[in-house]
Amino acid sequence: MDISTQTTDAPPPTPQPTVTEQKRNARGATRPGDRVFLGLSRGSGILLLVIMAAIAVFLTYRASLAISKDHGNFLTTFEWNTNLNPPVFGIAVLAFGTVVSSIIAMALAVPVAVAIALFLTHYAPRRLSGPVAYVVDLLAAVPSIVYGLWGALVLVPHMNGLFGWLDHYFGWTGIFDWQGGAPRSMLTVGILLAIMILPIITNVTREVFRQVPRMHEEAALALGATRWEVVRMSVLPFGRSGVISASMLGLGRALGETMAVATVLSPTFDIQASLLDPGGGTFAQNIASKFGEATEQGRDALIASGLVLFVITLLVNGAARAIIARRKEYSGANA
Amino acid sequence: MAKRIDVSGLTAYYGSHKAIEDISMTVEPRSVTAFIGPSGCGKSTFLRTLNRMHEVTPGGRVEGKVLLDDEDLYGSGVDPVSVRREVGMVFQRPNPFPTMSIYDNVAAGLRLNGNYKKSELSDIVEKSLKGANLWNEVKDRLNKPGSGLSGGQQQRLCIARAIAVEPKVLLMDEPCSALDPISTLAIEDLIGELKERFTIVIVTHNMQQAARVSDRTAFFNLAAVGQPGRLIEIDDTERIFSNPSVQATEDYISGRFG
Amino acid sequence: MSSAVVTGKRGSTLRSASLPKWSPWAIAAGSVAAAVAIGLGAGLGSKIQWGLIAAVLFILGTYVIASWVEGRRQAKDRIATSLVWVAFLLAVVPLVSLIWTTVQRGVKVLDVYFLTHSMGVVADSEPGGGIYHAIIGSLEQVGLATLIGAPIGVLTAIYLVEYGRGALARAVTFFVDVMTGIPSIVAGLFILSLMLMFEMQPFGFAGSLALAILMMPVVVRSTEEMLKLVPNELREASLALGVPKWRTILKVVLPTSLGGITTGIMLAIARIAGETAPILLLVWGNSFINNNPFSGAQQALPLYIYQQYANSSGSTAAYDRAWAASLTLIAFVMILNLVARGIARWKAPKTGR
Repeated sequence: MDISTQTTDAPPPTPQPTVTEQKRNARGATRPGDRVFLGLSRGSGILLLVIMAAIAVFLTYRASLAISKDHGNFLTTFEWNTNLNPPVFGIAVLAFGTVVSSIIAMALAVPVAVAIALFLTHYAPRRLSGPVAYVVDLLAAVPSIVYGLWGALVLVPHMNGLFGWLDHYFGWTGIFDWQGGAPRSMLTVGILLAIMILPIITNVTREVFRQVPRMHEEAALALGATRWEVVRMSVLPFGRSGVISASMLGLGRALGETMAVATVLSPTFDIQASLLDPGGGTFAQNIASKFGEATEQGRDALIASGLVLFVITLLVNGAARAIIARRKEYSGANA
Repeated sequence: MAKRIDVSGLTAYYGSHKAIEDISMTVEPRSVTAFIGPSGCGKSTFLRTLNRMHEVTPGGRVEGKVLLDDEDLYGSGVDPVSVRREVGMVFQRPNPFPTMSIYDNVAAGLRLNGNYKKSELSDIVEKSLKGANLWNEVKDRLNKPGSGLSGGQQQRLCIARAIAVEPKVLLMDEPCSALDPISTLAIEDLIGELKERFTIVIVTHNMQQAARVSDRTAFFNLAAVGQPGRLIEIDDTERIFSNPSVQATEDYISGRFG
Repeated sequence: MSSAVVTGKRGSTLRSASLPKWSPWAIAAGSVAAAVAIGLGAGLGSKIQWGLIAAVLFILGTYVIASWVEGRRQAKDRIATSLVWVAFLLAVVPLVSLIWTTVQRGVKVLDVYFLTHSMGVVADSEPGGGIYHAIIGSLEQVGLATLIGAPIGVLTAIYLVEYGRGALARAVTFFVDVMTGIPSIVAGLFILSLMLMFEMQPFGFAGSLALAILMMPVVVRSTEEMLKLVPNELREASLALGVPKWRTILKVVLPTSLGGITTGIMLAIARIAGETAPILLLVWGNSFINNNPFSGAQQALPLYIYQQYANSSGSTAAYDRAWAASLTLIAFVMILNLVARGIARWKAPKTGR
């Protein structure tokens, strides 16, 4: 930040400026090379804004085409029959599935990610923490389709035991009731999403925990705090907003994840009370699965559902950024 | 309650680097002992070996004995956590817990140690803040964050936090180096009062400060950069500043080097 | 003085009863043994249950024994330590399994033939064929995306760091952040809406456009970080010599941070190379070799993996191909990552500290 404010002074005049150049320098304007370069770089920035605006405008336009033809209620209809004439479709099932799978993913991933970040920064022997942090970094780069393939071919068969156990002991709750279908259900999707976003949340959280000023930890240590008490008194309070924003970034990923859900879930267009029975769907998964057979009208409907997803992720990411920005001010004040 | 410290043959390392070598000294209870010496001579490192804070630095380890009233801090079965409760510490930069209120900062150590009744806790907090000469300045805003205080007030808050758990010894690592002269004076006055109750060890770069506050002064030096620091001599402060027995001490004090 | 109160609350000794160093291992061994006994006795089939029982027993056992011997604070500390370790081990299992399965099943059919042949004459459920067409497609799409996304990203970062002040810069900064969070399928839908508008058929370059959108914010962020690391003295030294600002940026600032910028771009490439959703919507996939990214459907590695999995109705040959393609993709991404990190370390900016 400092850099940008200090380097924007007008450049000093060259040894033999021509008359026109002198004029420009006097006005604080610049020579042709400078103008071209500034134009290019500012143009790129503006292009980014234009792209964002275009995404919003075009998605909204196509979505409005679809929604105006919709003979169901776009928000509440439990159907996705876009190739009918007139089409009947609504996003209720998708919204439900997206929210449920993301909640499961967050509930599993956030505590584990915080624990791993603590492990890497405060518990692990140094010889272990370096390589593990490196591996976590690399795992964050594994493409989601590979997680999807692994989820469908390795994780799903392994879920039978857990599902049987949950059904046996907790089936009475309804949420964990299992009819015995293949475990391609919301719970499996949630678990897979948790595994996928774990490296991202861990990475960000680890960075935050690493920035906890040494002196805050020593303050606790010098009072005779155990390691856990140091974590509770110094590390967690300092890192709280960082953990929240890391979780939001993870949530953004989980909400928009397409392929991993599409490979693991066996979708139906209804809302299941049980997390163990296959069925339901998410925005992104539904787009990928229904796209192949969709007519132009169907594609517009999918674009409409994508617009909803777009708005949701914007809100989640915006919230995360706002929290990060607040944290910067806060830690700056205490530096 | 104050306790005596007997150090014998203490050597401390950072990884393979030897920071201080073979230090032996006695610190008398209810007195102020000042450590002086040029930068890098290991006086802060030595201070941190006295409450086992040295070993929380990665690669930090210690050889030798530190007896606190005949009990070795580095003996087998000694819990470093209990050591730090007996030997409190105040750091170079004031470090109140940023998310806690003034009250909670002072109560932090007590809350760790067990169940105090609310009234009991308030009494100790008040007593500690009074002990740190801070009570009158903060009594109306105990629930405000500690980071909102001035630097000097923050440092006295840290002292209050340290004495609230009634340690036997109080270590101070250049407690005034980040403070203005007036706050420094306040802390120095406070040190004079605290020595009635605690054994105080203070590291300082400021020789006038050592002369003003301490009863005994230890001079540390190192042979060359990269060599371990050693204790050159320890004596009554008056003697160190008027008639030291080692030439190097006199050179340092009279400003001929360092 | 309340010191009487305080001393009354704790022992005056530095020594407190503590468990021997080997005790966590002993408790761990005990709980595993107990879990196996319970598992066998109750006839529990799933090994996951055994593991969970062992973990619960371990944590409970640690707490009970530690609070009995060492007191509650130490017990809490031990619980926290064991929970952190358990969480770590728990997370390691799926991640190791992922890498292990991919490598183990991927090497089965991964050979030169696989890398140099397409699926042109091979039905999805039959053995044979390869990923040549997918590699070509991926390279072309990702390459074109990089040609578009990287310069725009770098220039935007230059604008933000070297020129940016005022409302426009703030808006760009904000929307770069927002753009980072766009799901890849939404970027795909955006390009799709354009294609619907102009009634275009799927082709490789459409995918490149979506990938470029995903790439830009990542490049902007990393380049920004790198440019900020260039010490201001360097810029001032150059400006003071009478070098125009644009030449200062080109000849002084960019060369200094080139290593870091390259790293950022490579990491961004690694990220978009694995994207499936936009390719699925915009490029469609193709079992034949199509070298022209500007006309006709193409294949790409991630999409190939998905289609081998989804369109083959459970054929082992297709699954093997999917794993082999996954291994290829992971290898590509990992190599990019490792090289990028290597460059970052090798060319770390000398920030006159």
